[in-house]
Amino acid sequence: MSHSPDYLLSVQGLSKSFAGVRALDQVQFQLRRGEVHALMGENGAGKSTFMRILVGLETADAGEVLFEGRPLKMDRQSLRKEISMIHQEMLVVPELTVAQNIFLGKEKKRSLFGFLPGFTNDRTMSAEAEVLLQRLGLELHPDTPMKYLSVAQMQMVEIAKAISNDAKVLIMDEPTSALSDREVAALFTVIEDLRQKGVAIIYISHKMEEIYQLCDTITVLRDGRYIGTRPAAELDKNQLIQMMVGREINDLFPASSARPGEVLLSVRGLSRSGKFINITFEVHRGEVLGIAGLMGAGRTEIARALVGLDKPTAGEVYFKGVLTPIDSPREAIRRGIGYVSEDRKGFGFIPALSVVHNLTLSSLPRHRRGLFISTPSETSAAEAMIRELRIKVAGPDQKVLELSGGNQQKVVLGKVLLTDPELIILDEPTRGIDIGAKQEIYKLITRLTEAGMAVILISSELPELLGLCDRVLVVSKGRQTALLSKEEITQETIMKHAMEFSKPADLLLNEE
Amino acid sequence: MKNTVTAYFNRSAERTVVQRRSIGKYGLLLAFILLCVLLSLLTPRFLTVANLTIIVTQVSINALLAFGVTFVILTGGIDLSLGSMVAVTGVVAATFAHPDTYPLVVPIGVGLLAGVLFGALNGFVITRSRVAPFIVTLGTMTIGRGLALIISKGRPISNLSDGFNFIGGGHLFGIPFPIIILLIAFGVCSLILNKTVLGRYIYAIGGNEQAARASGIQVSRVKMWVYTISGLLAAVAGIVLTSRITTGQPNAGVGFELSAIAAAIIGGTSTSGGSGTMAGTFIGALLIGVISNGLDLLNVTSYYQQVVMGAIIIGAVVLDGLNRKRL
Repeated sequence: MSHSPDYLLSVQGLSKSFAGVRALDQVQFQLRRGEVHALMGENGAGKSTFMRILVGLETADAGEVLFEGRPLKMDRQSLRKEISMIHQEMLVVPELTVAQNIFLGKEKKRSLFGFLPGFTNDRTMSAEAEVLLQRLGLELHPDTPMKYLSVAQMQMVEIAKAISNDAKVLIMDEPTSALSDREVAALFTVIEDLRQKGVAIIYISHKMEEIYQLCDTITVLRDGRYIGTRPAAELDKNQLIQMMVGREINDLFPASSARPGEVLLSVRGLSRSGKFINITFEVHRGEVLGIAGLMGAGRTEIARALVGLDKPTAGEVYFKGVLTPIDSPREAIRRGIGYVSEDRKGFGFIPALSVVHNLTLSSLPRHRRGLFISTPSETSAAEAMIRELRIKVAGPDQKVLELSGGNQQKVVLGKVLLTDPELIILDEPTRGIDIGAKQEIYKLITRLTEAGMAVILISSELPELLGLCDRVLVVSKGRQTALLSKEEITQETIMKHAMEFSKPADLLLNEE
Repeated sequence: MKNTVTAYFNRSAERTVVQRRSIGKYGLLLAFILLCVLLSLLTPRFLTVANLTIIVTQVSINALLAFGVTFVILTGGIDLSLGSMVAVTGVVAATFAHPDTYPLVVPIGVGLLAGVLFGALNGFVITRSRVAPFIVTLGTMTIGRGLALIISKGRPISNLSDGFNFIGGGHLFGIPFPIIILLIAFGVCSLILNKTVLGRYIYAIGGNEQAARASGIQVSRVKMWVYTISGLLAAVAGIVLTSRITTGQPNAGVGFELSAIAAAIIGGTSTSGGSGTMAGTFIGALLIGVISNGLDLLNVTSYYQQVVMGAIIIGAVVLDGLNRKRL
């Protein structure tokens, strides 16, 4: 295939290696003006590397990139104005205002008293920022400090910043992962608007629904290679998954033979001021209890209170029938309650430690012989877990930071499993990981419950809750709105109860 | 079992990981050896048993402090009170070390206890108040200096027993006693860091404190340990120093914390915590000692030595940063 003039961006034969490992191998890619183009692939397929090369954060080893028919230099690290990336992790200065962030590095200048140069012209920047924000439909004062903004608003500001740079290509990497449904809708409106104005958008997401709702074209990468480009309308979900994983995945959710047994955990009237109130439920052995709700409904906060990361202000927790106050994560682990946080980087693993040392971190005293850690005991436990969870590592001493998202998540899971928990709380366990790893985690959940363990699954993905849970607790604005039985679990009932209390919650307890 | 595991491993990736490690790990040692070779070519007096013994003896106090502060820095903290702890523990030990008063174990025991208590106080305030270690130990640095002056009434405490003076000035099997203490301390510290649960927790907390807590580690307890160990090692250094100069000096140890921190940093300890080794710190301390000894032998005045030392601290960290980036 050769370069064609109709394309805004045309990539041919792009290759990149890291330390002898091929990250990208002869990748091609064509982007039209005003199109939303999905870039799909499992974790480690090379999407991020590709995008980092496009924006100039990384250099390419070989290949050609034409932008509006002119070649872009790919051998030098320099940020490009025409191509902007909205990062997964926000790159904002929290103490500066919205306007100051938008104009960071290209401040409007003025002279003081007409002769002292080098002062910033805040008024002009504010005014221009306001115009930009209005264009994006954002009701935000440009002088608001960035730190008061929600994640969604910060993302919009990042988009405003990119537009102020006259970016013609916008790259969005998992832009909705931290947004509520309403914020997602607002983002999609903005994307539609940008598309009308001729901006091309490269959209990276693991969420199939979004891809099909938004995108015109889909390009798939696998193991650093170009697999193909199709119009979204001509590619059904199963074909797309097949392109991504190179094999067919049918039964995403495995059949389970687990039977709910005795009550393991009983929570009565659990509350934490300002976060959630009066949560009451039970979890049985061999059961998967889902917790559903919108972003900010208090799901993670409930989990954190159950595992001792936060202190509840009221309520009782009975574990195995005994009143069990849990005031620290250590206490939770000792009692047999494991927690896998939604925030893998923040609460999950220690980046500088090896895979083995991360795996055994919570169960280390078990490998102590006398004063010292027994390396054989520790290594064999970790290696058994590496095998059981099929964690793909270059070696047991590899640092967790170097692993793909899915494998990092498996390490965190493995760490919790090595403490022999009886109840395991999984908070968004499949966020940001590829479909292959997702399926493995689903299988693992099923295996655990079949072995008599109880699982609490917090998820924003309704298919996950539908496919795995025996019962679902729905929360909205910190209140429990439903406890659905297996027969009652449908997308509609969950959403209906998740949207109860349209007014902001008037929590009965005061903020401490 | 080993084979099934390696079946998952990607061979080429495995090799690159090993290669990377060795460059970072042995770069410092290589620089150290090169420096020694260079000095022995420049001056014949450098590579003699007598001179090398002098270097290690002189390094011993800084190295003891550096071992302690390495634990602290690994958790992401800092201990600025080291120099003051040296003075307090030295003065306390000297008070009980006059000839024909108490048996030798008393000055040693009381001195070490003073260090442990001081270090534990640092740890207690840091974990309870959640004030930054930099601020807390800046405060206790001043408090400690004051305490040393109060205890000694502002005067040096001399007339110490021969037994006490052996600690810093004696020889065992022809080896200066401070060197023996130094080697034992190095062995014990390395074991703590590499082989014990505490050592692993120290790395974990420095790497990601939140994740460490969520993994069930009692973060405050580990930090208490770390500052207490730092205090204990400062006490060992304080006793060795007092014994060597045969006087309890309330003004001793001013600025020692900075040399100790420099040794740890030159040795590759990350200032943000989570990575570093005892061996690195040891080499860092030796490097500082060899450079100052070498400059002495080359008749460079001590004013210039300070300039050189400062440049080396910055250079070491810059090189370390470049090295990391290349990886």
